[in-house]
Amino acid sequence: MNIAEKEQELIDSFSIYDDWMEKYEYIIELGKDLPLIDAAFKKEENVIKGCQSTVWLHAEKKDDKIYFTADADAIIAKGIIALLIDVMSGETPQTILDSDLKFIKEIGLQEHLSPTRSNGLVAMVKQMKLYALALNLKK
Amino acid sequence: MFNVNSIREEFPILSKKFGKYPLVYFDNGATSQKPNFVIDRIDQYYKEENANIHRGVHTLSQVSTENYENARQTIASFLNAKEKHEIIFTKGTTDGINLVAHSFGALMSLGDEILISEMEHHSNIVPWQMLAEAKGLVLRYIPMTTSGELDLKNIDTLLNEKTKLVAITHISNSLGTINPIADLIELAHSKNAKVLIDGAQSLQHIQVDVQALDCDFLVFSGHKIFAPTGTGILYGKEDLLNKMPPYQGGGDMIKTVTMEKTTFNSLPHKFEAGTPNISGGIGLGAAIEWLSQLNLNEIEVYERSLLQYITAELSKIEGIRFFGTAEEKCSTVSFLIGEFHPYDIGTLLNQQGIAVRTGHHCTQPIMDFYKIPGTIRASLSFYNTKEEIDLFIQALNKAIKMLS
Repeated sequence: MNIAEKEQELIDSFSIYDDWMEKYEYIIELGKDLPLIDAAFKKEENVIKGCQSTVWLHAEKKDDKIYFTADADAIIAKGIIALLIDVMSGETPQTILDSDLKFIKEIGLQEHLSPTRSNGLVAMVKQMKLYALALNLKK
Repeated sequence: MFNVNSIREEFPILSKKFGKYPLVYFDNGATSQKPNFVIDRIDQYYKEENANIHRGVHTLSQVSTENYENARQTIASFLNAKEKHEIIFTKGTTDGINLVAHSFGALMSLGDEILISEMEHHSNIVPWQMLAEAKGLVLRYIPMTTSGELDLKNIDTLLNEKTKLVAITHISNSLGTINPIADLIELAHSKNAKVLIDGAQSLQHIQVDVQALDCDFLVFSGHKIFAPTGTGILYGKEDLLNKMPPYQGGGDMIKTVTMEKTTFNSLPHKFEAGTPNISGGIGLGAAIEWLSQLNLNEIEVYERSLLQYITAELSKIEGIRFFGTAEEKCSTVSFLIGEFHPYDIGTLLNQQGIAVRTGHHCTQPIMDFYKIPGTIRASLSFYNTKEEIDLFIQALNKAIKMLS
C-alpha cells in the first residue's frame, strides 16, 4: 500500500464511528497495540518536545526505507503516534518528507485535540520529517 | 437563602452544550466565568463611555475617569483598605508580584532574606529567584507536609532578623489548602518582616479584610473573580508604596518631565504607567460590586458542601489518590487514578463536556514533592452544582472504563 492508500484506510476506519468517544476508544486500542519500543531508545534525545505527555520516537533506516518505533506515557498520545507510524513507517525518506498527511484533517483529529495536544501532534509529525531528513543524508 | 439556579442564570456560558453534553465547568482555579452584570458593564463602557482617562477636559473623558476611579473605590471598600490610593490596578497577580519584587526589592540589599513556601505558584517563585540572583539575596522556602499543609516546625529559623519579606499564597492553586496567613503575618511582623499575600485563589472563596489581617501587600487577578482577563489589583500599605520607587516609566505616572529630570506622580498613579486597561478595571469594579451583593457566608457554606460531596463521590473510585488533604481547604480537589495519565483522563472528560485542568498547574515543586508529573484538578465555584458533580463522576467512570 502506498501512503495515500494507508491514509484512506484510516479515514475509512474512522468514518464508521458516530461520535468522538468511539473514535477515542479506537485511538486507545491503537495505543495499546503499539509494539513495545526497545528500552534503549527511551532516552532523553528521543523525547518529542511540545507534547503534554512524554513521547519517545525512534527511527532507523533499512533498505532505503524508514521504520519508526515509539512509546508514550499517556495512552491517547501513544494511539496518535501509532496512527502516524501506521502511515509513515516503511516509506522512503522522500515520501515521508513530501507527505501532507491529509488524513489528520479528514478525521478531524487536529481540531478535536486541545491546542496543546494539537501542538504535540504537530511536533510528532515534525520530528518524523526531521528523522527522514537526517537519515536521508546518512548514506 | 443561597439559590444556585438563579446564580447560574446570570452566567450565559453555563448553559452551553457540546453536542449532547452540557458544559460542566470545573476549571475555576484557572479562570472564572463572567456574569451578565460584568459583560453588560463592559459592553456599556464601549458603547457609551469610551475615552482615555485622567487627561481630557471633554465629557466622555471625565465620565470614564470617574467610572474607573469609582471601580477603585469599590475594590478598596471590598478589601476594607484604609485608603483608595492603596489600590493599584495591575494586569493580574503575576504583574502585581513582579511590581513588588522590582520596587520593594529595590529597598533590599545584599544578604537580606525572602521567605516563600514550597507550595507557591511559579508566579510567586520566579520573580523572587530573579530578584535574589540580581541582588545577592537569600530565598528560603517553608516546606510542606504530605497532606499539603505548611510545615511550620522550623519557622523560627526560616523567618529571622534578616527576613525582609514573606510572600505566601493564601490558598494553594493545585491543592486547595487554605494557609494560616493571619498567624504568619503576626509572626513576620514580630521579626519586622513585611508580608505579601497571593490572593489569586482566595478572594473568590473567602472574604479578605486587609486591615484586620494587617498584610502589607495583597495581590490578585480579576479574571479569577468573575472579572475580565488582564486585570488585577495590588493592595499595598500607603507608607510602603510611598517608599518604593516606580515600576515602569511612562504616561500617567509622572508629575513633571523635563529633559533633565522627572518627578513622579503620587499614589496610586505612580505605579500605573501608560493608558491602563480601562474597560477591564471598570469590569473588575462591576464584578466586585456583583459579588458584594451576595452573601459570602452562604457561599462558603455552599462551597464546603460541594467539596464534601465531590470528595465523597471520588473516594468511591478504586485506585484514587488525593493530593492535598488539608483540614482547611477550598472547593478544589487534585487527584490521580491508578496509573492512568492525567492527560488521558482530561481528554476523555473533555469529550464529555467536562472542563478540568490537568498537568502540574504551574507548581512544579509540589509535583516534585509528591514525585508525580501532574494531577487532575477539579476546582469548583459556587455556581457549580451537585448534579454537575454527578455528571463528572459518571464521565470519569466512563473514561476509566475506556482506558482500562
